[in-house]
Amino acid sequence: MKTAPAPGPDRTAPRRRHWSRRANPLAGAGSVIWLAVVIVPVYAMISASLTHQSEALGHNALKPPSHPTLDNYDTVLHNGFGHLLWNTALVAAAVVVIVLALCVPLSYVAVRTRSVWSGAAFRLFLLGVAIPAQAVVVPLYLMITKLNLYDSLLAIILPTAAFAMPVSVLILTGTLRDISEDLYEAMGLDGASTTRMLFQLVIPLAKGGISTVVVYAALQAWNGLLFPLIFTQSDGPRVLTLGLFNYVSEFGVNIPALLASVVLSGVPIFVVYLVARRALVGGLMGVGGK
Amino acid sequence: MALPGILFFVFFAVGPMVLAFYLSFTQWNGLGDPRPVGLANWRKLLNDDRLTQSLTVTVALTVVSWVFQTVISLLLGVWAAGRQRNRAVLSAIFFTPFLLSSTAISLLFYALLDPNFGIIHADTLGTTSGAFLAIVFVGGWQFIPFHTLIYQGGARQIPEVLYQAAAIDGAGRLRQFFSITLPQLRNTATTSGVLMVVGSLTYFETVLILTQGGPGTDTAILPYLMYQAGFKSYDFGYASAVASFLVIAATALSLLMVRLSGFGAMRSTREGM
Repeated sequence: MKTAPAPGPDRTAPRRRHWSRRANPLAGAGSVIWLAVVIVPVYAMISASLTHQSEALGHNALKPPSHPTLDNYDTVLHNGFGHLLWNTALVAAAVVVIVLALCVPLSYVAVRTRSVWSGAAFRLFLLGVAIPAQAVVVPLYLMITKLNLYDSLLAIILPTAAFAMPVSVLILTGTLRDISEDLYEAMGLDGASTTRMLFQLVIPLAKGGISTVVVYAALQAWNGLLFPLIFTQSDGPRVLTLGLFNYVSEFGVNIPALLASVVLSGVPIFVVYLVARRALVGGLMGVGGK
Repeated sequence: MALPGILFFVFFAVGPMVLAFYLSFTQWNGLGDPRPVGLANWRKLLNDDRLTQSLTVTVALTVVSWVFQTVISLLLGVWAAGRQRNRAVLSAIFFTPFLLSSTAISLLFYALLDPNFGIIHADTLGTTSGAFLAIVFVGGWQFIPFHTLIYQGGARQIPEVLYQAAAIDGAGRLRQFFSITLPQLRNTATTSGVLMVVGSLTYFETVLILTQGGPGTDTAILPYLMYQAGFKSYDFGYASAVASFLVIAATALSLLMVRLSGFGAMRSTREGM
């Protein structure tokens, strides 16, 4: 295996002695230990999901199944898994669209205007990071009932989007601050309108921040259990997390089927991960890079 | 142009927070309209032993999780920012927990900790310390990959010249870590820390699925206490008082962290160079 040459014009021989390139046995050992911590549960989950239910009682999850079977997956797939997946995808897509449509212009204004109001708005979102969703479910429940949205996908989408906004605004303002003032001025001299600047300058240059926000907002929608648990009730608007949660009572002691459903729930995002690994990982890394 | 976003956020996040405060002075069982009852809920809350216990568990869980996750993700992140050959492969594997939702992860460990089936054939979740440590571990298992990425991103931005200069001065690896890496990661640590603290205040899914607040009420963190009071006992006024308490605690905590670190000013990490 060859190490890819690192970018940068001033790569000279003495830099090979840089600390990060020397072997670090202690850190290496630590990373291997954490590797085991990550791998063992994943292995146990996949192995158990292939175990016959009759074999499950008194079975140690670390032992591979003696007669591997796909029956558990069959059970889960015949329990409306496709419907759950479809609803979750709809919720995630809607949340991403709402968050981008609201947060991109908002961050643009927050970065470009130096008024008391834009400062106050920015602080509002900064504080918003600290509002736990749990703290507002009771009033939201009241509002959603009064708005006649109870037991609909919108009841999940709207609050999820609102709670994804603070971090999205922080990420986007961070990215937009990096766009050089000269570029705005040049476009301004050309007589470009604000809308044109937004679409032809800000959005193309803020691609990194925008893709981070897409990933972040989609994950919020993908992960949430609280809003679906409290704002929906029937099968119609049920999403994946709530479906999984309900499997516990449905399948009871059928742990292999339960784990098969957990594995299946990870498959879609695993596919996304394979396709868009760079955007996913790079984007999330940006959260702390600023 | 900023107005739609602000209005939407105020309507679905800030407004409800204010409404929660109002509802804490009412009695409401979920049907009909809330009825004002003055300070009754707050009086009941402040005299409730469950609040003291819940607050203690919440704080303990937050602190222990913060230490556990920070130490591991800081070390892994700094390590992963280097250029070892096996780094890319390992980083990809470290990322696996991220592909599962909190619900899926909690269910996975619910199964793996089952005394009749799982890895450990003991009633881990049936003991107070076992249940507590299980929640800390599961939270870490889920969120350490994310915080590792944050630290990896932060560590990558540290200018190499600093290390070169230190190496010329004869500083060893440990000295470089403590004198360059750690101070340079100050803002990263704050970002990650705020997210961790707010995150662990809301370990709701994990508690709901793994322990249901048990054994007894030993792992009933504040959000779970709120959920139980509201959506199990239909005492929404009391649940709102718990929720308001949670908002006050979370806001105070993050204001404190923002103040202490200067995160709010969005100052550059390069400061003083």
